[in-house]
Amino acid sequence: MSNLASQTPRRTSWKWRRNLSAYLFILPYFLFMLVFGIFPGLYAFLISFAKFVGGVPRYFAAGFSNYVTAFTDFRFGFTMGNILKFLVISVPLGIALVVLLALLLHMRPGRLSSTLRTLYFIPAAITGPALMLLAIFMFTPQMSPFGPTLRGIGYDNFDSVISPATLPLIFTIIGFFAGAGMWIAIQYGALEGISHEVTEAATIDGCSAWQKTLHIKLPLIRPYINYQLILILAGNVQLFVEPQLLGTTWVNANVPAQWSPNQLAYNFAFGLGNFGAASALSLLMLAIGLGAAYVVIRWTGFFDIKS
Amino acid sequence: MSEIKNTSLKTPPTIPQRWRIYGYRLFGDIGGLGFILRLIVLLVFAIYFVVPIFWLALAPSKDQFAITTLNPLAFGSWETVLKSWQNINAYQHGAIWLWFTNSIVYVVSSLLIGLAISIPAGYALAIARFPGRKLLLWLTLITMLLPPSAMVLPLFMELNLVHLVNTAWAVILPASFFPFGVYLTYVYYSTTLPSDLLEAARVDGCSEWEFFRHIALPLAKPVIGLLAFISFNANWNNFFGPYVMLNNDKLFNLPVGLQTMIASTSAIKPGFNTTPGLLKFQQADVALAALIMIVPVVIVFLFSQRYVISGALTGSVKG
Repeated sequence: MSNLASQTPRRTSWKWRRNLSAYLFILPYFLFMLVFGIFPGLYAFLISFAKFVGGVPRYFAAGFSNYVTAFTDFRFGFTMGNILKFLVISVPLGIALVVLLALLLHMRPGRLSSTLRTLYFIPAAITGPALMLLAIFMFTPQMSPFGPTLRGIGYDNFDSVISPATLPLIFTIIGFFAGAGMWIAIQYGALEGISHEVTEAATIDGCSAWQKTLHIKLPLIRPYINYQLILILAGNVQLFVEPQLLGTTWVNANVPAQWSPNQLAYNFAFGLGNFGAASALSLLMLAIGLGAAYVVIRWTGFFDIKS
Repeated sequence: MSEIKNTSLKTPPTIPQRWRIYGYRLFGDIGGLGFILRLIVLLVFAIYFVVPIFWLALAPSKDQFAITTLNPLAFGSWETVLKSWQNINAYQHGAIWLWFTNSIVYVVSSLLIGLAISIPAGYALAIARFPGRKLLLWLTLITMLLPPSAMVLPLFMELNLVHLVNTAWAVILPASFFPFGVYLTYVYYSTTLPSDLLEAARVDGCSEWEFFRHIALPLAKPVIGLLAFISFNANWNNFFGPYVMLNNDKLFNLPVGLQTMIASTSAIKPGFNTTPGLLKFQQADVALAALIMIVPVVIVFLFSQRYVISGALTGSVKG
């Protein structure tokens, strides 16, 4: 903007018109973002400082007491510990396996590779109640096609498979089943985008397929791996549907009613009517997701990927 | 490779050389051991992804006895499939088809609205440098990460204010806000659209809208296919939103409807089949209901497969 003055008036108006048309292209999205993204987000922030008297919010009346209520709740440490265990397992494992499979598929593109990508993708069709239903069947040794495997590692019945110690891994296995195909497709797409000149030059220099994969392809898809890292981390912090369906509706055995922080927030809001504490908890999860996003973006200059 | 060929022309190759040539023809440049390792890893994961689906497709054919006694991957009988079909249809006089129709209406509406607002926005963010662009990108990312549980109550109150709660719009409108779509479109255009093309079109007197309509939009076909699938899939499976926004079971979408259907039976409880369910629902019925929910996604997937898995982002990472 600062060098506008030095430009000819004609150029200025041209630029102004260009900006105007950009704004017009964005306007509908911006309105939706205000109404369904920013406003509810800010309102959640407001609610986290509100005191509810007979269901009527009194803003700023609560100070930080909602935060204190949420963070000192007897389930807070338990649910945070659970989600931490889940993140430690699911994020590195999920990203490593997705990248590994995409790289392996891309080593020899062909009919096998494209068939396998389709097969890996199909479970993406299953989420929500249908996914949990399938998971319950798969983890029941009496019915599961993986029954022999489950028995082989010492699990004879459903209640021993689904136990407090195994839950983080169980949710990882379920999440990877339904989510990996999409990410494999995205990472494979990124690999397809690597220019052939680069890989051919490496071949001429005597690089084996494995060296090319490790030293050329992997570094080049870094932006997409970062992107996946942000979304997987922020998404997994919010784990809700799986423990909720497994715990409260179908199988009460070994899954507590509130296993993840998001379930605790839901319980605060719709179980206890404490919307302030629910918002405080949700904002904590948002802060974790945003913090991770900020670190990754600053660290990698993500918004600067330009042709 | 060329070395091997040269020597083989001069003198007949020795046995080890010959094996190396065969090996190269068979395995390419990843080596015999690498070839086998790669194949094993890929096939093990294929089993992990495919066998549960296969099992689910067979489950409606097995009654409660067969499901535990037969081989997990064996077919039961058509009779059981038919019986499950009748049980599902009998539930609240075929409520499942009402939910099915609702789901289609919700999903198609939010897909169309979502794409219509997201693609122009992602396009403009990618090609124009205007004040506020970075802020919009940040806001897009932030709204992408907002926890649904934090948003549900404010959204509920907001929609309640304009009397839209417990109507189809309470599901369709929030679902049409699709920051992920804007983001992917932005990444796609900012890495694939040559700026020379835009300049050339401008010189030729092409308006911004004409350029978008006739050049940029056709170029984005692969990413639109991918986004359409992602949006369809996400909204088809949307459980949390409709669960909170709707309390009239005539308006339920399929996931919420199925959830109430499953919860009102004893088909899924530990120590299966000890008490007959409210409606004598069995695993076979529930599995068939789950299949009904999955079929549309698979159909849409098969149609958009070309875009979804054939490298939709081709050209987006420059070497």
